[in-house]
Amino acid sequence: MSVALRILDDGAWLSVNDQRRVSVSELWRLDAPDFCSCELVDFIAEGFTDVSADGRDVAVTTYGQCIACGETGVPGKLPVGQIRHGEYTGYDRQQIIMQPVEHRVKE
Amino acid sequence: MPTDVERWKSEIYGNEIREHLYRFAEEGWDAIPEDESDAWFERFKWWGLYQQRNGQESYFMMRIGTPNGVLEPGQTEVVAEIAKEYASGPASNPEFGDTYVDWTTRQSIQLHWLKLEDIPEIFEKLESNGLSAQQACGDSWRNIVGNPMAGKAPEFVDALPVIHELNDRFKGNEDHSNLPRKWKVSVTGAPDGSGQGDINDLAFEPAYKEIDGEEVRGFNVRVGGGLSRNEPRLARDIDVFCRPENAADVAAGISALFRDHGDRENRYNARIKFLMDEWGPEKFRRVLQEDFVEFELESAGEDIREQYTYNAGGAEHGDLIGVHEQRDGNYYVGLNVLVGRMGADDTLELARIADKYGSGEVRISQRQNVMITDVPEDDLDDLLEEDLLEHYSPDPHPFMRGSVACTGTEFCSLSIVETKNRQVRYARWLKENVELPDGVEDFHIHLSGCTASCAQPQIADVSLRGMKTRKNGEPVEALDIGLGGGLGENPQFAKWVGQRVPVDEVPGAIKNLLASFEDQREERVVPEEQRRGDGEAVERETFRQFIARQDEAALEALIEPEETSYEDPMMHNTKMTWYPYAEEDDMDASPAPTDGDGNPLAPADD
Repeated sequence: MSVALRILDDGAWLSVNDQRRVSVSELWRLDAPDFCSCELVDFIAEGFTDVSADGRDVAVTTYGQCIACGETGVPGKLPVGQIRHGEYTGYDRQQIIMQPVEHRVKE
Repeated sequence: MPTDVERWKSEIYGNEIREHLYRFAEEGWDAIPEDESDAWFERFKWWGLYQQRNGQESYFMMRIGTPNGVLEPGQTEVVAEIAKEYASGPASNPEFGDTYVDWTTRQSIQLHWLKLEDIPEIFEKLESNGLSAQQACGDSWRNIVGNPMAGKAPEFVDALPVIHELNDRFKGNEDHSNLPRKWKVSVTGAPDGSGQGDINDLAFEPAYKEIDGEEVRGFNVRVGGGLSRNEPRLARDIDVFCRPENAADVAAGISALFRDHGDRENRYNARIKFLMDEWGPEKFRRVLQEDFVEFELESAGEDIREQYTYNAGGAEHGDLIGVHEQRDGNYYVGLNVLVGRMGADDTLELARIADKYGSGEVRISQRQNVMITDVPEDDLDDLLEEDLLEHYSPDPHPFMRGSVACTGTEFCSLSIVETKNRQVRYARWLKENVELPDGVEDFHIHLSGCTASCAQPQIADVSLRGMKTRKNGEPVEALDIGLGGGLGENPQFAKWVGQRVPVDEVPGAIKNLLASFEDQREERVVPEEQRRGDGEAVERETFRQFIARQDEAALEALIEPEETSYEDPMMHNTKMTWYPYAEEDDMDASPAPTDGDGNPLAPADD
């Protein structure tokens, strides 16, 4: 069963199967040493520009900034949930440390 | 590859959406196929309907486009009646009650909490009274804006007939109903700059030109302005003058150029400002001339921008609040509507007094205020004694008259923070606690919930834009702070100098900013020949001048956030509530989706 993934509302929401599931303005902790020099990036998601299914992860290309140091930009594709057996499940994004999927590939 | 939105638009768009909308309204919310809802909600925008945000899924905001903000006699009452009958939700707003009308920064009207099942009745009531939601949103010609007093106040060239002609020609016009993105047009005939042409996709601005030995009054044309997505642009002069009778043909050419050359593969790059970035005004004019108009374009005439006083940072208010004489000797009275929201009963009362003292007409300004027009001089005193004017003042405190706010997380999917109620609290606290420096009568504070910039923050003295930060380790709503924006002859966008200030520290930051301004502002001796009627020999720097002369470090030093007696009850993540002001605000407590009577629908898989 295919899952419809798209960005809605001028980049404010990720829609999965026609339901708004992930919103910008969430604060995420990122392990993204290329983005800024903070040990962990304290990242506010300001806008989604793309979504993709990378392996089992649903990842959103996200523009935002580190609220600790002020660095702005796109840290990469950030995994926000996963698809299993055709069903989407969101990660507990307030509790996890995210790693851009490109970064994982490099390792 | 075309975007999903372009694919949906290529299948069904424009007028034909209406029959589907009516079918869904007849069959109920559940009739919208689950796997097509993104497509339908995108299409519904063309008919002025926005699905409200998460937690309010089956409710809609309706935008009613009123060209140039003109509500003809009787129409204000119709809007208030529709609000009272259909625009009440399952929860109340602590500042504004159960039912209200929003006057917007594009001279339109927004109603909330509408149910899909009621839309046909609402459309019929609107349209039988000359009102419409057609193309109020979506990728097409939006509501045309201008000086709200066009046709009544002094004008260099008559704008209202042009606005009506454009509205009649481009609403429902299949050649222009599916554009790459929204299309915002301003037509101004007044010499004050109050049409805000500089921030529109297409602007007609008053100008004159000698043609065949005769001075002709008309418009210079500018293209490519806009504020959204952290990419503000001022509309650029494309070196075209047009007579009023040619404006619609020139507009048709430019709209067609946008239709054919705008970027349909990337919605973030689709607005015409980005095409203007790529082409520049010379190429734009050349393509327009060669491919989109069948007559010789005139080169630009002389503009009158040096006369612009509206939001120009000078001594004049320019906002049309207060009592002003019309061209015909009658008067109009501009009333301040704090953050543009008026209770439905107050809107009914507005209609009544507009009818009693004036012609019944009401006009909406781009500062979210309203004007009662056509009041004979002899009736002014009685009008000014009406109770309604105690709350919607023709002589408001500067912090009240300067406040503009967008919809915010109360209803909007895009916003990051709560806005309207917060700006009300800010304005009240500032009025009670902050003394404005000598001679400062105007001080604009615009609060926008996100970078879409519906509150037009970049053209305010103090610009506030929704953000998030942590305070004591906890996520809280915050605001970026910009300074020194405004329009006038030489418009200037605000410089963003304060980042992620927790919302409860913003009033303190504004208080400290004004104290620094008072402390550091410069004075100059006015040469005798330049002294105005008051004979003042010393001129104090305006806030905008003060900001303009600061370097980056000095600007940053002006932002000193501070906790004060101001308390903010909405520090938490209002976006994650189903309704920020509900007693039980958790998403799980939401009654939506509901049926046509407002009863919660059982989840589909139960």
